[in-house]
Amino acid sequence: MADQHTGIGINIRNLYKIFGANPDAYIDAVKGGMTKTELNDKHNHVLGLKDINIDMPGGGIQVVMGLSGSGKSTLIRHINRLIDPTAGEVIVGDDDVVKMNENELREFRRHKTAMVFQKFALLPHRTVLENTVYGLEIQGIPREEQEKQARRWISRVGLDGFEDNYPNQLSGGMQQRVGLARALTNDAPILLMDEAFSALDPLIRMDMQTVLLDLQKEIRKTVVFITHDLDEALRLGDRIAILRDGEVVQQGTKQEIVLRPADEYISSFVREVNRGRVISVDMVMTPLSGEPQGMPIKTGTVLEVAAKKMTDSSASFAHVTDADGKPIGALDIQEVISAMVTPVDHETVAA
Amino acid sequence: MDWLTEFPAMDTDRLTALKKAIDLGFRNFTRAYGDVFETALYPVQWFMYRVEQLLTTSPWPLVILAFAVIAWLASRSWKITIGVIITLLLIGYFDMWEDTMKTVAMTVVATIMAIIFGIPIGILMGRSDRVQAVLNPILDVMQTMPSFVYLIPVVMLLGIGRVPGLIAVMVYAIPPIIRLTNLGIRLVDKDVLEAADAFGSSNWQRLKNVQMPLALPTIMAGVNQTIMMALAMVVVASMIGVQGLGLPVLKAIANQYFTLGIFNGLAIVGIAIIFDRTSQAYGKRLQKHLEVVHG
Repeated sequence: MADQHTGIGINIRNLYKIFGANPDAYIDAVKGGMTKTELNDKHNHVLGLKDINIDMPGGGIQVVMGLSGSGKSTLIRHINRLIDPTAGEVIVGDDDVVKMNENELREFRRHKTAMVFQKFALLPHRTVLENTVYGLEIQGIPREEQEKQARRWISRVGLDGFEDNYPNQLSGGMQQRVGLARALTNDAPILLMDEAFSALDPLIRMDMQTVLLDLQKEIRKTVVFITHDLDEALRLGDRIAILRDGEVVQQGTKQEIVLRPADEYISSFVREVNRGRVISVDMVMTPLSGEPQGMPIKTGTVLEVAAKKMTDSSASFAHVTDADGKPIGALDIQEVISAMVTPVDHETVAA
Repeated sequence: MDWLTEFPAMDTDRLTALKKAIDLGFRNFTRAYGDVFETALYPVQWFMYRVEQLLTTSPWPLVILAFAVIAWLASRSWKITIGVIITLLLIGYFDMWEDTMKTVAMTVVATIMAIIFGIPIGILMGRSDRVQAVLNPILDVMQTMPSFVYLIPVVMLLGIGRVPGLIAVMVYAIPPIIRLTNLGIRLVDKDVLEAADAFGSSNWQRLKNVQMPLALPTIMAGVNQTIMMALAMVVVASMIGVQGLGLPVLKAIANQYFTLGIFNGLAIVGIAIIFDRTSQAYGKRLQKHLEVVHG
């Protein structure tokens, strides 16, 4: 993750969205503290998003997690302004998406973003190849170039030989590969994925997550990934923001979320998580005292892997090294295992 | 208690005056602008005339061949193609060739005009709730108003003949294509439209790449309906001098010539079936991408 800060970052500032006939009339009241329930019961407007502030670093995967109705799909649609906010800013690179006029917005969508949808949203009357070129086609790129790019990505997502099939000849997983290829062919720096894998069955979903992670190693796009599945969030996310009732309840790295859930709501989520696969050695290492002991373990290694390595070589101690191999901390097998199995006091932290 | 048993209608004198005023107003309008309309409709007249000429003066085997080829290209079905040939041969054998060709010419031109005007109107309607709110009642009137009533203003404006007949037929036949274009556009999957937007489609690209292709099967159903309604109007239009299969039917009604009526009636049914099967098969072929489904 050394070069995580390349690519275009997205900064969402004080974003509010009220659904209803006359949202502007209530925005000040909401900013002044009117609750979602009051707005709904007394004024018949729905508070979709409330004071969202998220900084998404360029070149990383930002997951936005929440259950249905939490506003996560609304939030991602603000980034390319498929939904207009009631108040707030969405700064992408140096530009505020909210202030763009129609033409600027169209150019922005064509060149800066690409989107993958939960229900695939492929054009049913077009073949896989014709679907994949869509983004380039509307930009007016020469057909030859369109197809060259499209074929490359079709092949990259593993759909060789299906170029001339229609979407409904493909399984759900394959259709979403087309959706992914269509988005990647656009070669935009920002990839918006709205519950992209939620409609797929678990094995295919894992498979697609792997495809995305592999791709991300080489394309380094700013990915915004929406999901309702915590395991998916933890697997993909460099950073995670958790949304509930239109508000961000916690954001941070996956380890921060798992180790220090902000409230009871999040603790109830993370209780079931396989901690050994999420928490890295960096979180449990102690400062070095004296010479580094035992075997070296690279920074960022998850506990499960570290524990396996240490027990395999019957070592009780190890040291953590940074990317250049320099020791930065000490590890004790006891601590590694206890961090894997028992919640690190998150009950008390939450209280 | 008179007003309970007798409806308190408008005073007869005043009512007569009102009707007269409207009639007079319209008559003045027709006198003032009749020529303008006639000039404006000249291209239509010319087109209509050429199509009719082409169909009636070309050698009949050529015409049948042309119909068969069109039917084959549209449907890719031998059954339909052979059906077309047999129907046309029978019509010719019973000596109704020329009348049939005139009716076909009228139907084709009316349908083409209905498509040219109907689809853009339908698109506008599909994109705007306000346009829909205005047009819906107008279409209701057009579809429920007895078709004879159309003939009156048309004849007043343009006299009798092919073109006024054509206009009357078109007005009667255009509502389905407008309605179904509107419906087709509105039924386009919102998710797919959103995707088109997310990739930065302009309005025209949205229409061309997403809305029209996805609405096309529905629009084709509208075209089919329009053809059927145009054919249904043929007999009525013959009252204002449109030649073709309608005229013998009209004669048969007036003189109680049963066989003449039934023969010409059956010829209309024959070409209706030709048009219907061919256009439906074409509509179905447009949805080919929906046929092969992933198991």
